[in-house]
Amino acid sequence: MSAPLTVAVTGLNATDNPGPGVGVIRSLRHCRDDVRVVGLAYDALEPGVYADGLVSDVFLIPYPSQGIDPLRDRLSYIRERTGFDVIIPTLDAELPGFVELAPELAAQGVGTLLPTREQLDLRCKAKLAALGDKGLPVPASRVLTDVTQLYAIHEVIPFPIVVKGPYYGARVAHTLEEAVAAFYKMVGEWGYPVIVQQFVAGQELCVCAVGDGEGGLVGAVQMRKTVITDKGKGWAGVAIRDPGLSQLTATFMSATRWRGPCELEVIRDADGGYHVLEVNPRFPAWCFLSAGAGMNLPYAVAELAAGRELSPLHDYRVGTMFVRIALDQISDMDAFSRMSTAGEVVRSHGVAR
Amino acid sequence: MQRLRDLAISDTGFVFDPFSGATYTVNGTAQCLLDGLKRGLDRDGLVALLRERFECSDEDLPRDIDDLVQSLRMFGLVPGGFEVGR
Amino acid sequence: MSRPLYDRPILARHQTGLMNKFSRVASMQPQTHVDGVPVQTLIEAYGSPLFVFSEKTIVARYRELRDAFARRFSKVRVAWSYKTNYLDAICRVLHREGAWAEVVSEFEWEKARHNGVPGERIHLNGPLKTEATLRRVLPEGTLIHIDNFDELALLERLADELHLTPKVALRVNLAVESIPAWSRFGFNLESGQAMTAANRILTGKRLDLVGLHCHLGTFILDPASYREQASKLAGLANELRRAHGAIMSFLDIGGGFASRSKLKAQYLPGEQASPSFDRYAAACAEGMAALDYPAGSEPTIVLESGRALVDDSGTLLSTVIANKRMPDGQRGLVVDAGVNVLFTSFWYDHDVVPAQPFGGISEPTVMYGPLCMNIDVVRDTIQFPPMRAGDQVVFRNVGAYNVTQWMQFITYRPAVVIIGADGRHGIIRKREQLETLLASEEVPSWL
Repeated sequence: MSAPLTVAVTGLNATDNPGPGVGVIRSLRHCRDDVRVVGLAYDALEPGVYADGLVSDVFLIPYPSQGIDPLRDRLSYIRERTGFDVIIPTLDAELPGFVELAPELAAQGVGTLLPTREQLDLRCKAKLAALGDKGLPVPASRVLTDVTQLYAIHEVIPFPIVVKGPYYGARVAHTLEEAVAAFYKMVGEWGYPVIVQQFVAGQELCVCAVGDGEGGLVGAVQMRKTVITDKGKGWAGVAIRDPGLSQLTATFMSATRWRGPCELEVIRDADGGYHVLEVNPRFPAWCFLSAGAGMNLPYAVAELAAGRELSPLHDYRVGTMFVRIALDQISDMDAFSRMSTAGEVVRSHGVAR
Repeated sequence: MQRLRDLAISDTGFVFDPFSGATYTVNGTAQCLLDGLKRGLDRDGLVALLRERFECSDEDLPRDIDDLVQSLRMFGLVPGGFEVGR
Repeated sequence: MSRPLYDRPILARHQTGLMNKFSRVASMQPQTHVDGVPVQTLIEAYGSPLFVFSEKTIVARYRELRDAFARRFSKVRVAWSYKTNYLDAICRVLHREGAWAEVVSEFEWEKARHNGVPGERIHLNGPLKTEATLRRVLPEGTLIHIDNFDELALLERLADELHLTPKVALRVNLAVESIPAWSRFGFNLESGQAMTAANRILTGKRLDLVGLHCHLGTFILDPASYREQASKLAGLANELRRAHGAIMSFLDIGGGFASRSKLKAQYLPGEQASPSFDRYAAACAEGMAALDYPAGSEPTIVLESGRALVDDSGTLLSTVIANKRMPDGQRGLVVDAGVNVLFTSFWYDHDVVPAQPFGGISEPTVMYGPLCMNIDVVRDTIQFPPMRAGDQVVFRNVGAYNVTQWMQFITYRPAVVIIGADGRHGIIRKREQLETLLASEEVPSWL
C-alpha cells in the first residue's frame, strides 16, 4: 500500500445541472480509505461544500475569468495549508488556466493529468468539424458571430437545429424565432461565438474515457442515459458495451493523443450510425458509475497524475445502473459563515502527512 | 432599530439577518458603527467611537457614516426615513 | 496595544455568484511604477490623466512578432499600422526596429514621410485615395493596395499620364469560418471579383501587380482563421501564376492579432484567451504551405500589425475625483479619464488597478469618467478596493487606438510620455491648453 494521496478537486456545484466534482470525489473515496480530498469551490453556496462526509477541507478559488495570477497565488496558499499531491479540475472554463499552470504545478510536485492547450482547442465546440477531418463522425455545424447569420442557416443545416454556447448551454430550435432567442441567450451567458449544429435523433450514449497522451486508452466506460432532465442531463443511466462505440473511442484517442479524462457524447441513430455531438475535456458528472461498475477512472487519473503505478483496472460490469437522487443536506450557519468570510472550511486538522 | 439589534454578527464580520435571511460581510469600522447605532449613539457619539477604536488621520468620518447609513437604508435594515441624530 | 488603522466602513450584501473574495481583487497588486518610474513622479511632472508608453515593451513585442514569423518564412516585413498610434515617437521606435509603414490616408502618408520612411517603403491602403493623393505618392514609389474598380481605373489613367508603372497590390476579402467577413474592403475572392481585377491588371500592363493582401478583421482570437486565410491567399497566388505566370513579391496577411485586452463579450481574460504570436505564425505557415512557387521566389510575408504591437505598451494614469453611493448599492468612482480619452472602453473591459497600496473590502464598483454625459462609463461593474479622492488608478494595455481615436470634448486632451529603455522619460505629446485649440479657430471680423 502506497502513501495516502491528497487530491484537490473542483466542480462542487452539485446543482440540478451538476458539476462533476462530487462524482469524482465519491469515486476517489470508493473502497479507499487512503485518499484525502480537498474541495475547490467558486462560490460559498456550492452544495458540495456542505457534504462533510465527502470533502474534509474546502477552499474558494478565483473564477477563471479573473486570470491566471490570482489562481496561482490561491493554489499556492491552499497547497501550504493542505499539501495536496494532485489536482483534478472538472470544469470546461477553468481548464485553460489549469493547463497553463500545469508545468509550474509539476515543478512544485503537484501532479495533473490534463490535455495540452492544442488538444483543448481541437475539441472545443467551435472546432468540432476539425474532428471530422480526423475521421470521427460529427454532425454538420457552423460557427456564428452575428445573429443575421441565422437567417440563411437552413440552407446549410435544416431545422431543427441545436444552438450552443462556446462553453456550456444547448437549446434545440425548431424555428428561426426560437433560434434567434437561443442565440441571444447563449451570447448573454457565455459570449461569442455561438455554434449551430444539425439536430440528430437517436439514442444518447456517453463514454467516460481516460487517454494516456500517447494515443492509447487507459480505460473507458460506456453509458446510455435512461432518464433525461429538462436540461438534457442524464439523471439515470446504465453501463453498456457497444463495439462500435469502443471503436469510436479508440479512434478518438489515437487521432488526438488525448491526455487525461474526457467524455464523448454520441448519438446512435436508427440506422446504427454514430454522431459525435461533443467532446468534454474532463470527467462527466456521472463518472461515479465507473467506480460503481468496477472500473474506477477518477482514481486511475489520481494515480497517474501523482506519477504512481496504475493499480490494475478491471473491466466494468455491463448493466450497472446509476440513479441520481436529490437530497437536502443540513448545515448550520457556521460553515457558510466561514466560507463567506474566510473563504475556507477546514474540517481536518491541517496537513495530514 | 429592532432589525439592527436582531442582527447576528460574528467576530469575522459575518452578519446574518434573521428577519430576511440575508447575509453580509462587514469590515471592522462598519461593525463598530453597527454597534454604536444599536446603542442609539448620535453622529458625534459615532465619530468619537470610531476615533477611540481606530487610528484615524484626516478622514471625513461624518461622510463615511452617512454612506454606511445609506447602505443600511437600502438593505432595509433601518427604516426608510432614518437619519443619524445630531 | 495599538489601534487598527481606519478604513472606510463597508457593509457588503452576499449575492450568489458574487461571493468569491478570492477574485482578481485578492491578488490585485497596486501598480505603483511604470517601467521603474513612480506613478506619483509621472503625475507630478506631466499632470493627470496621463498616457505613458514603454519603449521596452514596444521593442519586445515587435521582436517577438518578427521572430515568430522569421522562424517560419524566409522573408518577413512588418508594416506598422499608423492609425493605431501615429505619434511620431512611437512610430520612430518601430521604424528604428525596421518596420515599414502602412497608412490609410494622405495625412498618415505625410506622417510616415515626416518620420523618414521612404515613399517606396509605405503601403497605402484603405478606401480613401483621392486623385490628388495618388498624384503625390505615385512618383515616390508608394505601394498602392487597390480597393475597388474605380480606383483601379483611376490608377491606370494616372499611370499613362505620369508615364509610370505603379507597383500595386490587390486587396482581397474572403470568407473564413467563424469570422464575419469584412467584405466592404477590396475585391471578393469567392465571387470571382478578385480574379477579374487581377486579370485586368495583369493583361492591361499599365500597373505592376506585386502583391496580394487580405485583412480578416480585428481582435481575432482563433489562430486557425489565419490558416484558412493564408491558404486561400496562396490559392489565389497559385491561380495567377498558372493563368499569367505572375509571381507576387509579397503576400500581405494584414493585422487583427489580439492583444492582452479583454473584449466585453469575452469570458476568459486576455492572458488566457489571446494566442501568442508564435501560434498565429504557426497557423499562417500551415496555410501558406499551399503556395506553389518555384524555389528561390518565395514572397515576402507582410504583417500590418497595430494593436498587437502597441496595446500592451501603453498605460493610462488617472486620478480619483470622487466616490459616490449609487441607488442600487454599487459604489461609483469618478476618475478624471473618461471615454473622451479612453475611447476603447466602449468595447473592452480594461484592466485597471490602484496605483498605491490599498486595504479594506472590495465592492462592486462602476467607474465613471469626468464628462457631463451619461455614457461616460470607463468600466462597468468591477470589484474594486476602497479609494480616496486624489488616489490614482492605472489602466493597462491601452496603447492602441486611444491616442488616435480620442476626442477633444469638454476638456483638454492629456499629455503623452514615453519611458525609454534606460529609464529616461520624456513628453511625446503635450497636454492641450487653450492656445492649442484657439490656434485653429478664427473669429470673422463682424463678430
